[in-house]
Formats: sequence, C-alpha cells, structure tokens
Amino acid sequence: MEYIKEFLIILVPLSGLICSLLIYIFRNEKYFKEVISVISSFCMFVFSLLVGREVISGNFLSYELFNLSPTLSIYFKADRPAVLFALVASFLWIITNFYSIEYLKGTKDKKETSFYCYFALTLFATTALAFSGNIVTTFIFYELITIFTYPLVTHKGTKEAVSAGRKYLAYLMGLSILFFLTALFLTYGITESLNFQEKGLFASYENKKLLILILFLYFFGIAKTAVIPIHHWLPTAMIAPTPVSALLHAVAVVKAGVFTLFRVLNYVFTPEIILKINGHFLLIAISSATIIIASLIALKQDNLKLRLAYSTISQLSYVVLGFSLLNKISTLAGLSHIIMHAFGKITLFFCAGAIYVQTHKTEVSQLSGIGKRMPFTMFAFAIGSLSMIGIPGFGGFVSKFLLFKGISDFGNYWLFFVLGLSTLLNASYFLPIVYKAFFEEPEKTEGHRKNLESLFLLIPVLVTALISVLLFFACSYIYDFIGDVRS
Amino acid sequence: MIVYIVLIPLLSSLLTPILGLINRKTGFFVTLINAILTFTIIIYSTRKVYIYGPERYFFGGFEPPYGIEYVLDGLNSVIILIIAFIYLLSVLYSKKSLEKEIEQKRISLFYCIMNLYFTGILGIAITGDIFNLYVFIEIASLSAYTLIAMGLKRESLMASYNYLIIGTIGATFVLIGIGYIFMATGSLNMADLKLRLPSLYHSKMVRTGFTFLTLGLMLKLALFPLHIWLPNAYTYSPSTISALLAGTGTKVSAYALIRILYSVFTIDFDVNIIPFSKIFIFLSLIAIVMGSLLALAQKNLKKMLAYSSIGQIGYITLGISLANESALQGSIIHIFNHSLMKTALFFIAGGFFYKQGIENIQDLKGIARKMPLTMSLFIIAGLSLVGVPFTAGFISKWYIVIGAVESKYYIVIPVILLSSILSLVYIWRVLEISYFGESNGNEHKEELPVPLFFPAMISSVLCIFFGIYTELPVELSKRAIEILWGY
Repeated sequence: MEYIKEFLIILVPLSGLICSLLIYIFRNEKYFKEVISVISSFCMFVFSLLVGREVISGNFLSYELFNLSPTLSIYFKADRPAVLFALVASFLWIITNFYSIEYLKGTKDKKETSFYCYFALTLFATTALAFSGNIVTTFIFYELITIFTYPLVTHKGTKEAVSAGRKYLAYLMGLSILFFLTALFLTYGITESLNFQEKGLFASYENKKLLILILFLYFFGIAKTAVIPIHHWLPTAMIAPTPVSALLHAVAVVKAGVFTLFRVLNYVFTPEIILKINGHFLLIAISSATIIIASLIALKQDNLKLRLAYSTISQLSYVVLGFSLLNKISTLAGLSHIIMHAFGKITLFFCAGAIYVQTHKTEVSQLSGIGKRMPFTMFAFAIGSLSMIGIPGFGGFVSKFLLFKGISDFGNYWLFFVLGLSTLLNASYFLPIVYKAFFEEPEKTEGHRKNLESLFLLIPVLVTALISVLLFFACSYIYDFIGDVRS
Repeated sequence: MIVYIVLIPLLSSLLTPILGLINRKTGFFVTLINAILTFTIIIYSTRKVYIYGPERYFFGGFEPPYGIEYVLDGLNSVIILIIAFIYLLSVLYSKKSLEKEIEQKRISLFYCIMNLYFTGILGIAITGDIFNLYVFIEIASLSAYTLIAMGLKRESLMASYNYLIIGTIGATFVLIGIGYIFMATGSLNMADLKLRLPSLYHSKMVRTGFTFLTLGLMLKLALFPLHIWLPNAYTYSPSTISALLAGTGTKVSAYALIRILYSVFTIDFDVNIIPFSKIFIFLSLIAIVMGSLLALAQKNLKKMLAYSSIGQIGYITLGISLANESALQGSIIHIFNHSLMKTALFFIAGGFFYKQGIENIQDLKGIARKMPLTMSLFIIAGLSLVGVPFTAGFISKWYIVIGAVESKYYIVIPVILLSSILSLVYIWRVLEISYFGESNGNEHKEELPVPLFFPAMISSVLCIFFGIYTELPVELSKRAIEILWGY
C-alpha cells in the first residue's frame, strides 16, 4: 500500500492519458469509447478522492517524474487546493461523459474518436496542472491543455472553426510563450529556483520595479484567466461542440488559468510581497473592470452560448478579484467560486446544448415558450441562473458572500458597488431567458411534438443543478476542507 | 581504431564507381555497408572514449606537433555519432527517393561522391590538426557542390554555383586564418596551439588569423548575413541531399567553430581579449529572428525549412557565443536535436514530392487526409522545431535560455520566445493547410513507401524520445563541456 501511495498522485492524470490511448487503439470497436471514457473518469475521480484522503490525514504526497537538470524537473505535489480542483474537474468529467454520448448521437457527429481522445487528454493535462509542484511543470501542462483542446475547437473543420482555432492558439499559446515563459526565466534568473514555496521565491529580493514587471508578465501571460484585454479567445472557442464548451471552456481550461494565477500569487510571490510592491492595484482594477464590461457585453449577445461565454469571463474575474485582494477570506472566496461557478455554468451550458440538439435553436430570441416543451431542462437552467446571480439558497451565493467579506477586510469599499452592479447585470441577462422560456408563447410554425427532452441529456443537467443547490448547504464542508490555504 | 572512421568511407567512395561499372545497383549496397560499418565503429569507439578517455591516432607514426593527429574525445564523439546516424538514415532513404530525382546512369557516381562527402565531414570532426581541418572542409564542400548540382532542376546548377563561389571564399578565409596562425606559432596541431597561443594573444597576427578563421567558418555555417547560399542549395538538391546537408553540413561547421573557439583558443580570449562573444550574440539573435521571419515568407516547403535552418543555426551560434556552461551544453544538444528534426522534416518534404509531386505549401491542401501517418510525423518534428515541451527542441532551447539568464543577457529571452512563436506560425500554416484545406480530387489513403517512411519515422520518433529521455544527449554534452572547460 505504501508503494501505491507514492504513485497515487500521478495515477490521477494518468487515468486520462491511458483512457485516450485505449480509445485510440480500439477506435473501431463500437461503444468502447463511451464505456472507457466513463470508466476512466470514475477512476480519475476515485484517485482524486484517495489523494484527498491522504492530504487530509496530513501525509505529504509528491512525485518527481523526471529530473532533466536542476532547473528542469517534472514534479507533482498534492495540497488541498490542488485536490479540490482535481475533484471538481474529474467529477464533472463523469457527468459530461454521459451527456456527450447523447449529444454526439444527437448532432450525428462523425469524429467521435478524436472527440473522446482529446477530451481525455485535456483532462489529463488539467489534473496534471492541478498537482504541479513547480512553475515549469505548470507551464508545460498549461501549454499541453492548449494543444489538446485545439482539435476540439476546430472539431467542425469549417473555415470558421479553423480561424477560431487560429485565434485560440494565438492568444493562449502566443501570450503564454511571450509573457509567461519570460516571467519564468526572469524568476529563475533572480531566484535560481522554480519550486512553489509557501514563503514565496522573492522573499529576499528588493528590486521593486523588476518584481512588478514579473508579476504583470505572469498576469498577462496566463491568458486562460480571460481578463478583459486578453479574453477574445473564449467567445470564439464557443464554436466547439457543447460538451467541450461546458466542461473545458467553463471548467477545465479557464479554471486551469485561474488556478495557475493562484499558484503564482501565493506560492511564487506572496501576498506580503505583492502588497509591498503595490502590484495588486492593477490586478484589482482589471478584474473589476472585466466583471462589469463582460456582463455588459453579455447583455447584448443574442447567441445563447456567446452570452454564457461572456458571463464566464465576468465570473472568472470574481475568482481573479478574490485572489488579488490578497487576504485569507478573499482567497477562500476565489477558490470556492471555482467550484460554485463550475457547477452553475456547466448546468447552463448543458441546457444550451440540449436545446440545440432537440430544436437546433442557438439564439436567445428564438427561445420563446421553450419551457413548455422542455420543462425540466429549463427548470435546471433557472437554477443555474439563480446560482450565477448569487441568490441565497444556491451555491453562487456562498462565494459571493465571502467575496463581500473579503472586500470589507481589504477595506476598498467601492468594490461593493462593482459586485452589486454585476449582480444586477447578471440578473438582467439571465432572467429574461427564463422568463421567455416559461411565460412567452412559442412561435406557431413549430412542430407538434410536445416534450422534447431526452433522458440522457436531462439527467446530467438535473444532477449538476441539484448539486449547485446542495453546495449552498454543504459550504461549511468545503471551507473545512480548504481550511487555511496558506498554512 | 579511430582512423578507420575516415578510412572506410574513403575506400568505399573509391570502390563505388569501380563496382558501378559492373552493376549500377551495387552503389547503394556498398554505401549502405559503409554507413553501417562506420556507425558501428563509431559507437564502439565512442564507448571506449567514455570508459578510457580520449583516443589519439598519429598518422604515419609521426608524433605531433610534427605529424597529423586524429583525436576522438567527448566533444567530437557526439558530433560523429549524430553525423553517422543521419548518414545511415539518408542512405536508407536514398534508394527509393533517388529514382525520381537524378539521372539513373549517374547513380554510382552519386554514391561515390556521397561517400566522399561523408569522409569529409567525419574528417572535419575527428582531426586534431587545423590544416587537416581545412583539407577536409574542402573535401566535404567540393562534394557537396557536386551533389547539389546532380539535382534534375535547372536551378540546381545555379544553386550549386552560388554555393561554390561563397563556399570557396569561406574555405579560403579559413586557409588564410590558418596561415596567419601558423606564421605566428609555427604549429598546426590543435593541442599544441592551445599551449602556444596564450602568450601570443596580443599579437595582431593571431587576432587577424582568428578573425579570418571564424569568418570562414561562419560562411560555412550560414550565419545570417552570410546565409545566401543555403536556401537554394537545400531547396534544389535531391531530397536525400537536402536532408543530409541540413542534418550534417552546417552542424559539422558549428562543431569546428566550437573546437576553434574553445579548444584552440581559450574562453578568456573569446570573451575578454576580443569582443567575439558580444558581437556574435547579437548576430545570432538577428539570425534567429530573421531566419524565422524569412521562413514565414516562403511558398516552397523545402525553402521554408531551409530558412528555418538559418534561424536554428542562430540558436547554435548563440549558445556557442554566450560562452557559459549551460548555453554551450544547450548548443551541443541543439546540434544533436536539430539534426534529427530537420532531417525528419526534409525526409517528409521529399516524400511529398516523391508521392504527389508537391513542392509548394499551398498544394499541400488536404494531404493529411491522404497521408495521415506521414503528416503526424511532420507534426512531431515540427513541434520539436518550435520547442514544445516533451520534444527534443524544448530541451536544447531551455539550456540555451538558462545559459543566457545565467550570464544576465536578458535580451535573449524575448528574442528566443518571439522566434518560437514565429516558428509555431510557419509550422502551423503547413498543418492547417494540410488538415483543413479543401483538396481537389480523390482522397484515398496512400502513405509513403516503407524505404521513405522508415527513416522519417525513426528520426521524428527520436525527436520525442530525446525530449523525454534526455539523459543521453545531456550526458554526452556534459562530457563535451568537460573536455572544453578542461576538468
């Protein structure tokens, strides 16, 4: 057992890698892909749970894969935030798998093998990033996520998809190579170390200007956080199939971005150093601007998935804002918003996908009366929206509340206004959809079939919706688990 | 033993045309046997060098400094290992590929000269005498001119002529440099020169000699402003020769440069006494950027690869001129890795020509659907060229950048990262066209024939192998550094 414990931490990402290999090898077998995807997602979840158990009981889990030179080692380490991220990603992978089976059938997709393969590979890279123990490993898997999701973004193979893919690569890879990697080398040049440490790497370094430069290079290099000047890739990536948008572009990829930022702010820098060099003001300004501007853009979007995408951009900045307020409560708010937003937003995306599969409708203006034909789906959509808005009784409230508390600890009260305005905006772009669905009359030209819901698409939606309600009541467990992040 | 490394290719080069009188087909087999035999001997003697230390051979029993000496040590064993390996792959590739690319009646002469070229480059790598170095440079260059001219295109002759003119100037410069150094010291033996030169470092004659020598080698190396001969030479020669030249020609000149800089002269001279290091860092940076930019502008696939070589040569010279351990180590690993990846890419480009007659990037539309396996090899080698993590290219670039950071040349970081992005763009352009382009006509699968596919597969799979199992190149280069730094 002791022997297995050593490997436990790499078994989590490995189950994604093996899954994709098996799918590729047996690509001609019928139903094999679906079955193996489901099995490996379960494995990944169970392994994450086991790692979590070890972490809670105080064992230190780490694994060094290669050590190419003193500067270049692929090193994994488990701590509580990492386990949390891995758990969310792997759990939602299970649900997405069930959803994709029906979705791909519904859209008559021909490229199932590549879909399942790259999906598993992305999860592999995401969980590996979660457990990364140094900046190099983080960077490598950050890049791999981009590479593995590229085929999913260009899945349709149309001209539009190709140009979306180009944009996707240009933003994610271009910025990360230009800025993130530069920051990494500068960090190495100054500190001669690249490991994440509780006390940060720059503890004894004085040059404030260079530190601010490095901080900004990291911040703008991690384009996966989708803060406003570097967010364009996310809406264009919505051309991908809905399960991809749901799991990858609302959970795995973007959360990998904010998680990397979390690592940088807390384990490369430390809150104390950032406060000393006054680096947090720009971070706060940009993230609060993003919260408002992205919501405003979302208001204007008629395409449902695009509206959700801009909402994601706005919600991600809640997380970024939480991290950049640099106190314990706000960091906790950021981490818990990762979970809350994951469950809420995936519900919304699943609903959008179900609507598309059943009725081929993509625009909000076409949704009049859809609630009569897909009552449960739209019910789940309503729950997801309420959680996103942050109504008490739903998961989203918890993290928003914590964020309020974090702001009052930080003492910059105009941020209350930002959050309040954003809540108002959230309500005004989500609730009309719900209203339209349930209270407006459908157009007359539509078919006669009454209920359009298919069980396989419905169950995942209901499960995630239910969980986003339950999270409100279970929030104390999450706090207990995350505990004091920096202890 | 080590004299056979040069002797066997020389003898087989004599043997090929004689046996070719009897039967044309014998040329290939003689060359193949020669390649295998030489490669085996090289592996054997490299192993011996690693166990017992450098091995020396005195020609005709005359001891240095009067006689000619051959030395095999930690540095040149890396180089001849990779050269012989690339040669072996090229010979395997040549049989099928030459059917369409040269006149069949010249085939045994072709192999004769190819063996002579092999003799030349091995000789450059193994000799311990600078005049002998010049002789082998001439042997290698003259045979390279001939090999290029054997291409069936009209441009081949012009390319060969251009190379002849510029190459001769380069060789003459080398000779003049050697003359000055001989005038100053009265010795031609490298080890002897290393002892005699330090007291003469301030003599103008030595400095002039050094300048001529390095300039001549830079011409042979095709460092950016001196690169004009290279693109056409690579583009219009038979595919085998493009691959062979790209993998060995410039690499061996890079080796000669390292040898002259660090083993004949000393690091003190290069860095402190004359500003060699400072000048060439900036020249290399210009080469890196310009090579990638020019590659971006090309329409012809082979020409694009050729310009990319110019950029990559910039990396090698950058590592050499940074003159610290990590960077030089990176440079040697990059010689090793770049040989593998560029050879693979030229093999594949030659394969496209062989199978479909394609030379321009635009005509590659949809080729990934016809030749999926071949294209996947192109992806591997291409990503390695960009320097994506877990490919060989990443390791060498990593070492070079770390070296630059260690000697506080921070300007290097953005330049290398920028060029990585540019190379990503030009490789991606090919991939996008080949995967998403609309092809006209039939799309049934037809992969490369095995004799063409196999060498391409070996070299590109090794790009991944050495990206993960980095011990071999890192260990080999570490030994090489130990020789140069003299511990």
